[in-house]
Amino acid sequence: MILGGIDIIVLSATLMAASTPVLLAATGELIAEKAGVLNLGVEGMMIMGAVGGFAAATVTGSPVLGFVGGALAGAVLAMVFAVLTQVFLSNQTATGLALTLFGLGLSALIGKGYEGVRPPPTPKLDLGPLADIPVLGPVLFSHDWVVYASLALVAGTWVFLRRSRAGLILRAVGESHDAAHALGYRVIAVRIAALAFGGAMAGFGGAYLSLVRVPQWTEGMTAGAGWIALAIVVFASWRPERVLIGAYLFGGISALQLQLQAAGYAIPVHLLSMAPYVLTIVVLVLLSALHRHGAQAAPADLGRSFHAAR
Amino acid sequence: MTGTMLLDIVGLRKAYPGVVANDDVGFAVAPGEVHALLGENGAGKSTLVKMIYGLVKPDAGTMRLMGQPYEPAEPRAARAAGVAMVFQHFSLFEALSVAENVALGMESPPPMRDLARRIREISTTYGLPLDPARTVGDLSAGERQRVEIIRCLLQDPKLLIMDEPTSVLTPQEVEILFHTLRKLAAEGTAILYISHKLEEIRALCDSATILRGGKVVGSCIPREKTARELAEMMVGGEFAATDRAGRSLGAPVLEVRALSLAPMSQFGPALREVSLTLRAGEVLGIGGVAGNGQEELLATLAGERPSAPGTVILKGAEVAHLGPNERRAMGLLSAPEERLGHAAVPAMSLTENTLLTGTIRRPLIRQGFIDMGAAKSFAEEIITAFDVRTPGAHVAARALSGGNLQKYVIGREVLQAPDVLIVNQPTWGVDAAAAAAIRQALLDLAAKGAGVIVISQDLDELMEIADNFCALYEGRLSAPRPTEGLTLEEIGLMLGGAHGMTDVLAKEAAR
Repeated sequence: MILGGIDIIVLSATLMAASTPVLLAATGELIAEKAGVLNLGVEGMMIMGAVGGFAAATVTGSPVLGFVGGALAGAVLAMVFAVLTQVFLSNQTATGLALTLFGLGLSALIGKGYEGVRPPPTPKLDLGPLADIPVLGPVLFSHDWVVYASLALVAGTWVFLRRSRAGLILRAVGESHDAAHALGYRVIAVRIAALAFGGAMAGFGGAYLSLVRVPQWTEGMTAGAGWIALAIVVFASWRPERVLIGAYLFGGISALQLQLQAAGYAIPVHLLSMAPYVLTIVVLVLLSALHRHGAQAAPADLGRSFHAAR
Repeated sequence: MTGTMLLDIVGLRKAYPGVVANDDVGFAVAPGEVHALLGENGAGKSTLVKMIYGLVKPDAGTMRLMGQPYEPAEPRAARAAGVAMVFQHFSLFEALSVAENVALGMESPPPMRDLARRIREISTTYGLPLDPARTVGDLSAGERQRVEIIRCLLQDPKLLIMDEPTSVLTPQEVEILFHTLRKLAAEGTAILYISHKLEEIRALCDSATILRGGKVVGSCIPREKTARELAEMMVGGEFAATDRAGRSLGAPVLEVRALSLAPMSQFGPALREVSLTLRAGEVLGIGGVAGNGQEELLATLAGERPSAPGTVILKGAEVAHLGPNERRAMGLLSAPEERLGHAAVPAMSLTENTLLTGTIRRPLIRQGFIDMGAAKSFAEEIITAFDVRTPGAHVAARALSGGNLQKYVIGREVLQAPDVLIVNQPTWGVDAAAAAAIRQALLDLAAKGAGVIVISQDLDELMEIADNFCALYEGRLSAPRPTEGLTLEEIGLMLGGAHGMTDVLAKEAAR
């Protein structure tokens, strides 16, 4: 199925893989923000996950351990943020920005020795006859396990927030930390746990970039994906299902512009490279504008430091 | 009061750096007793109940609950022991539903569907109708309080602590609340009731413990005392009654015609077709439960929010398009409800805070530069004239107690000799003596020929100082009524009565 020099099936198949890093990072950030913490360090945590995952995978030779390493690297960086903002009550915006700069610099340093190295490959999941279904097979059933895991994580996040008691407490902490504290919930502990999860997810997403998407290590390889993840969370009105739409939109346009470049269209490359960022933001802004009070769906205590008063 | 006491407190002490909040506090509550804790702001009531609820750990002293030693390490432990608390500032989550809010206050809540059913059951049993699926942000203050009370009742408490429960309720809602509390007490639940509304305490409570400066200074049976005697026990001395004599109403100074305004926030109210006329020398009281448009009304009249042409007329001139400073120049001043952050900058000194509103009508600026000397002497003038207790004008606004800062804020506006002064909640959270001083200052200002609008939730206050009374309810302002001869019941109905409660009240009346 070729349309205007572009293979729609290949495009659809790459869409899911291209979206996965942003989807993972945005889902993690969603949880952190639902708990009331604004962590602008997603980009930094992602790239730490990319380099950490890459290093773990090449050293151990196991891509699975690589992903674990990536998640750990992201979580460790998130813990730095947690200690600074939750224990020492530093400003969340400034700390998050610093975290991104720190992550970018540190990852470049760690990654020096890994440039030009090929990571162990992550095989596609063998789904047997499912992969042989025409059209649906290559689009839906010929991916690696991480793609399916990311979808499961989005579904899990939805259930967690909507149905579980822990999710209710997490939302309560994000809505009013004073009220949650008055009821005897441990605001700081909940927030640190949410941050750890957010960091691990960002790191997981970063590792997917360096181990599967590219797959190699280059300095600054996240190229703003962490910022897009942050924007997606806001414009998705803090809902997991809309985060999925936003991330797949971004991934889809990323995949499309690459194919447009390859097909030799006379569109300036810079415009094409810019397209995923611009279009994702535009569509999400329209979505949240259509949905009344979209911007007001923010957790009421988002970005506010909590200090137990006497 | 026979048998074992439900709650027995001996020698409780809690000190914070620089201040002893509670010192050797002791009292006892019997099962089924409604016990009042009386005291001024800062007398230590809040610290005391926080210790009983496990939010604060006492330094010394013992508590016994039903004869057993009782040392709750956290609210969870207190709830498990049968102690429940309804907070002064609601501990609710606006974006969550009623059922979710209730679930958060329980140790092991049943599944949501069962919980919704139990909420309905309890709410009908106690005459507090409530829909478990509604979002709390859309509820009225009275309904929100029902959420808190039901959250407590679902846990079958032995002791229910209520911290200033009636400050945001209409008189009808207060009546329903008291009915519920009496029913609970009759079932054997003890109630610890904190309030500064003395008439309510006289109507509801069996006994009272009076705190002053962190110590117990007396106890009494409220029914046997007058409200004035109770107030004097709290303050530890006498204070002057306000004097409203010697005023005559002159020409209109401020007119508002069909003023409408879109909501300022998601859960905020809109103003709808508000009209009023304020005459020189008049004190116009605007009553209503907070959140019905008070803040919005003050913001529009003060000039923070522009309104449609022709809606605000100050001394015959159209001012709807003018900002706060232009209105100040014409003689309209205001004091908003939020002292820290709206009326005053917390981190700035009292001298610097005079510059927020004072530069237009006072010569505090010379050739575009601030005249700090003049600002300082203005601040000192306020401090002297309004008896603001502070080491000096260099002190930061946040270091002042609520009452003192409020006296400063009101003084700053009054001393600028306004023709129209609009104040919102002038005595909210202010102790009795300071409140009396503020009310007198407002009356004196009106006696000099200024028009004063007092927006307040405290109906007793409005009855005390206002000539005419309007009710603000869901953004609509009622027609003015002379306060003389107005009853609390009539006011309550003007304030929207009790939300969804008319049936229950009718049934009660029929019984």
